Amino acid sequence: MHDYFLYLHIPKEFFMMKKKIVILSFFAVLFISHVVYASKSDHLTVYNFEEFEHWLYKETDSIYVINFWATWCAPCVKEIPDFEKLYEKYKTDKVKVLFVSLDFPAQIENRVIPFIERMNMQAQVILLDDPRSNRWIPKVSDKWTGAIPATLVYNKEFRQFYEREFKFEELEEIIVPLLN
Amino acid sequence: MKMKKLGILLSMMLFTMATMAQGYEIGDKVKDFRLKNVDGSYVSMADFPDAKGFIIIFSCNHCPYVVAYEDRMIELHNEFAPQGFPVIAINPNDTIAEPRDSFTNMKIRAKEKGFPFPYVIDADQSVYPRFGATRTPHIFLLKRDGADLRVAYIGSIDDNFRDASAVEERFLANAIHAVQRGETPDPAVTRAIGCTIKTRN
Repeated sequence: MHDYFLYLHIPKEFFMMKKKIVILSFFAVLFISHVVYASKSDHLTVYNFEEFEHWLYKETDSIYVINFWATWCAPCVKEIPDFEKLYEKYKTDKVKVLFVSLDFPAQIENRVIPFIERMNMQAQVILLDDPRSNRWIPKVSDKWTGAIPATLVYNKEFRQFYEREFKFEELEEIIVPLLN
Repeated sequence: MKMKKLGILLSMMLFTMATMAQGYEIGDKVKDFRLKNVDGSYVSMADFPDAKGFIIIFSCNHCPYVVAYEDRMIELHNEFAPQGFPVIAINPNDTIAEPRDSFTNMKIRAKEKGFPFPYVIDADQSVYPRFGATRTPHIFLLKRDGADLRVAYIGSIDDNFRDASAVEERFLANAIHAVQRGETPDPAVTRAIGCTIKTRN
């Protein structure tokens, strides 16, 4: 093949370039297919804190209930159905429930996504991957020592952080007065 | 009038209770404990008369954040015990609420990892509230002040639980170095994600 190109007086450089293009496009196809595959199979977007931070300061008319949890945290797992119930009951009232998983990224495929499916979690789930937690924990709340479960509830006028477990009724007690 | 006084008294009591519940702060004097170690003996800080301080780590078996730090806990002990700052790991969890943290499992984990430091259990859960520990791992660096021990640093071991090689700030080691120089650690308090301390409801 090399000789054939030479015979056609195509400069060697062109062949080298072509080879590069072929290799590059091969990787491009691999990359694109990976992205497409990931976006299809992956219900879970991974953010670092900087990318996640805007969730803490939405200026809409909604009430935001942001729950920090992990699959390995037993009390977190226990309260997920209560948050789901809150989501189901109040989603038309502009109550936004966001589950922020603090699971390790290496366990997304084999642990976190199967867990989300098994629990049939309907509210939005994202994964916060930022190991330098001393920097970002105080930005979520000055009250947070770092234990999970932890929940932030806020709207334009109200903001409260809870480092504790919740039952559905207790969540409702916080949400209902904010609805009017 | 009487009601008002009662109200003031009540709110003062509540305030005191709330302050107490928060546990030790930097500079506070620490009360000794006597807790059962995995080797069957009982451990108190008074057993270490030569210690210049202690690295108290509220720890457990099951928490992934603890597991991520176990090797670094061992390294810290090996580095700082010869300098007078031994590690004492305390499991604060209720073992019925979290059976993975049972005393038997503590013994197994201590053997597997070859912990060179005591790994004791806060069996009646009386010690961790005094410290104000809220999670595992939760570290309290104590320094000797005459006959007393005082809190010098509260928080995490370093700034990257997941990857020891990516650590930029060794909070605890820096705090010990500051204490050794007679200075106040800065930061004296750091925060990190951890597992809640398990209690029976």
